Amino acid sequence: MTVWTAVLVAGVGCYLLKLAGLSVPASVLDRPVVARVADLIPVALLAALVAVQVVGDGRSLVADARLVGLGAAVVLLVLRAPFLLVVFGSALVAALARLLT
Amino acid sequence: MTEQLDPAARTGIVRDGLGVGIATGAYGTSFGAVSVAAGLDVWQTCVLSLLMFTGASQFALVGVVASGGAPMSGALTALLLGTRNTLYGLRLAPLLGYVGWRRAAAAHLVIDESTAMSVTRESRPAARLGFLVTGGAVFLLWNLATLVGALAGTVIGDPRDYGLDAAVGAAFLALLWPRLDTTRNRVVAVAAAAVAIGAVPLTAAGVPVLVAAGVALLAGVLRPRVQRPEVGP
Repeated sequence: MTVWTAVLVAGVGCYLLKLAGLSVPASVLDRPVVARVADLIPVALLAALVAVQVVGDGRSLVADARLVGLGAAVVLLVLRAPFLLVVFGSALVAALARLLT
Repeated sequence: MTEQLDPAARTGIVRDGLGVGIATGAYGTSFGAVSVAAGLDVWQTCVLSLLMFTGASQFALVGVVASGGAPMSGALTALLLGTRNTLYGLRLAPLLGYVGWRRAAAAHLVIDESTAMSVTRESRPAARLGFLVTGGAVFLLWNLATLVGALAGTVIGDPRDYGLDAAVGAAFLALLWPRLDTTRNRVVAVAAAAVAIGAVPLTAAGVPVLVAAGVALLAGVLRPRVQRPEVGP
């Protein structure tokens, strides 16, 4: 049930955040500090999510096939591969690494 | 609203919007597969795509759940990531000029792609067309692809055998990549990752990501002073 609650709360909340942008006067959020923080939040969160997804395991840190998968993702991104190729290419490399170890 | 688009401009905007819609919508398959691998069921996965409809937030919620975090930590992370859509809305509002129920409906389509495909247009009809075609195409395909990915995810067995646990990190990195275009963003990204890793052993799963959001707050508030070189004597 808690997963459903999270899904619904975050789903409705994300919609309201979109609606707020279309509805509130621009002046409300038109401050340099707000704009800078809002610009940096996705960067910080996505970077943190990458880190935790790749080396986190509950409360411990582990280096396993996921790290190899991330390396593959970096190579694919440098080569300007499209999103799907990056995601599934990384999965494939991680799966292979797991198979070989 | 007497402005008219000439047919050539119209065709171009529709074609561009559909192209972005197909390319973006297709990666809903990765979301569907990753979400089911994280332990959500097919219904929860599809409701996320229908109701939340903003990719990074959706990946964030299932990513936190996958790492064993409380679903509410995942929801909070998703909401924080969703704040950028508010800023998109601020930029789009004067361009689109929607009011009433049209605005309420249009709000659901405010995402990275629909914003990118309309803020560059010069007239309101062009902006609206770019926004609606792109947003509509992404919505339709993203939801279809989510269902396909989720159903595929339920029949393949242990997701780790297919490296799907690694795919989550790759998805976040691919979403982050285009934002690493300035030194400031790169510094914030590295600092946030370091803070999150440091917090993993100390806090419950899901919390490290929220702690890392503090890096953005700090970096935004403590703006490095731009040294303006004195003009010589």
